[in-house]
Amino acid sequence: MDDLFFFIIAKYNYWAAIVLLFIGLFGMIVRNNLMKKIIGMVIFQTAILLFIVSIGAKRGATVPILKFSPDKQPMLDAATYANPLPHVLILTAIVVGVAVLGVALALLQKIQRVHGTIEEDEILEDMRK
Amino acid sequence: MMDHAPALMIVVPVFASLVLTLIGPLGQRAAYGLLILSIAGSLAAALVTLVQVVQTGQAVYYRMGDWMPPMGIELVIDHLSAGVLVLICACALLTAIYSMHTARQDNPDRLNHYYALFALLVAGLLGMTATGDVFNLYVLLEISALSSYGLLARGKGKAYYATFRYLIMGTIGASFYLLGVGYIYIMTGSLNMADLSEILRRPELEESVSVRIGFTLIILGVWIKMALFPLHAWLPNAYSRAGTTTACLIAPLMTKVSVYVMLRIMFTVFCVDYIFQQIAWSRLVIYLASAAAVLGMITALSQRDLRKMLTYIIVAEIGYLTGGAWLANTAGYTGAVYHILADGLMTLCLFMAVGAVIYRTGQSTAAAMQGLFQRMPVTAGVLLVAAASVVGVPPTCGFFSKWYLLQGAVKAGEWVFAAALIIAGLVAAILFFRLLERAFFGRLADAVTEKKSKKPHGTARKIRIQEAPLTMLLPLVFTGAALFGLGIYTNEVVQYLIRWSVPAGI
Repeated sequence: MDDLFFFIIAKYNYWAAIVLLFIGLFGMIVRNNLMKKIIGMVIFQTAILLFIVSIGAKRGATVPILKFSPDKQPMLDAATYANPLPHVLILTAIVVGVAVLGVALALLQKIQRVHGTIEEDEILEDMRK
Repeated sequence: MMDHAPALMIVVPVFASLVLTLIGPLGQRAAYGLLILSIAGSLAAALVTLVQVVQTGQAVYYRMGDWMPPMGIELVIDHLSAGVLVLICACALLTAIYSMHTARQDNPDRLNHYYALFALLVAGLLGMTATGDVFNLYVLLEISALSSYGLLARGKGKAYYATFRYLIMGTIGASFYLLGVGYIYIMTGSLNMADLSEILRRPELEESVSVRIGFTLIILGVWIKMALFPLHAWLPNAYSRAGTTTACLIAPLMTKVSVYVMLRIMFTVFCVDYIFQQIAWSRLVIYLASAAAVLGMITALSQRDLRKMLTYIIVAEIGYLTGGAWLANTAGYTGAVYHILADGLMTLCLFMAVGAVIYRTGQSTAAAMQGLFQRMPVTAGVLLVAAASVVGVPPTCGFFSKWYLLQGAVKAGEWVFAAALIIAGLVAAILFFRLLERAFFGRLADAVTEKKSKKPHGTARKIRIQEAPLTMLLPLVFTGAALFGLGIYTNEVVQYLIRWSVPAGI
């Protein structure tokens, strides 16, 4: 029991991401309301972003800007810096996510205007007519 | 200038799309010319790079902003990507010329915005093909996907819901890809493809479960994007409800470029031994591919709408491509790569011909084919060539790709795949015979009524030839000729391009 507890606690960031991932996937696939599908999609994307960004964290690390010692020598101690790359990647991925969300909402608005509803089953019924 | 060709190829359409967005309603007329100009520029750059790659026999590396890899992003254009780049530019240019009338018909207002998305999609696809960085590939994948959502949603009415479903599926695919890249990054600390392939060969990583999960996620994401059976459900509705120009642009290119991404991930990032010995899914994937080929074609046979029929043919062709890539021998690989080029042209030709028929008749059911040879002889002739290519009649290019794939299947002992190829070809033959029979022997509806009325002197009214406008006809005829051209020069294409890109070890 203790082993399992530590197994979960030691990697809690991964577990959080996985739980969010499945909540998002559930929303996207099972939900009937298209708005809820979009919300699921955002949760799903955010889970992945959290997963990748959390690996850049390091205990006691500082921002990756080169520090100088009092006698103007650069202190090249990689262990004291946090890895900036995951943050930069995720910044780009956030922008992509926002763009997808924008397009999805615009489409949803159009769907609502054409079919008069955003419930999937009602749309399908409307299209059969 | 020449040194910067790989970057210019991508930058020119991006810049053109910015200008197209800004020129406003006054520039509606200029938009068409600007789009053609920018894509012609890309095509020139792609051809220059292709010639350079073929002449030197080495890949062209372009370092963005002169940052050294693996830190900086680099563009790598080798024999595989050079061919695909030229295919993308050529298809896009032909579609751009073709779009003069149809794009205006589908978008009475804001034509410049439509063309801006068009250019952005081309830039995204070119970037996906040229990049040598797995994260950069994700961003470009999303750029092309986002612009394709925009283009497909311009189809009005039912297209919105179909596009929405595509958006949800496309986002799941791209997110899986990103998650997989995250796993690989955690294990290797690198994103550059060449660097990754070196790191991933280390024995401790070859057996790592994380790398295996990363690979699985990436491949699943790419499969959703390329609509491999049974993940294809989003494709037929999204493509068949789009406008004519949109369908001509997206149908041949999106899925083919995704197949190219699969090849890159399989053979450049990971290596042959890893894919076929550590992962060892070949059997399963080849069964899926066979099912895609046969079921795709049979579903196509049961469709009444012409464009929906063509979209199911795409699903079937994806089966050929995937099967060829997973056969793990040279013939299968050659067939798959050659089929990317051949199928790109074939799909373009089919969609253009059907688009011309729809433009003239206003119908998209099989009834529109009635008496086509009398009314639109050139369009019908090109359609015949494209049909021969899908069925696999020599000397069209469709025959040669099937020949290689069949050889590969026999060599690998994958009899299910070999049978699937033959059955799918036969079903395609039935499908096109049925259509072309109508086109050849079907009487025009008004001509039939004329005969029944039995006018004096037996003046059967002469059927007027109503071809599509010249801007549609010329690209169509050119594509039809290209199907023969690619078929006749098969040996050269294989010898100068594909043979060089065959990964070591298969």
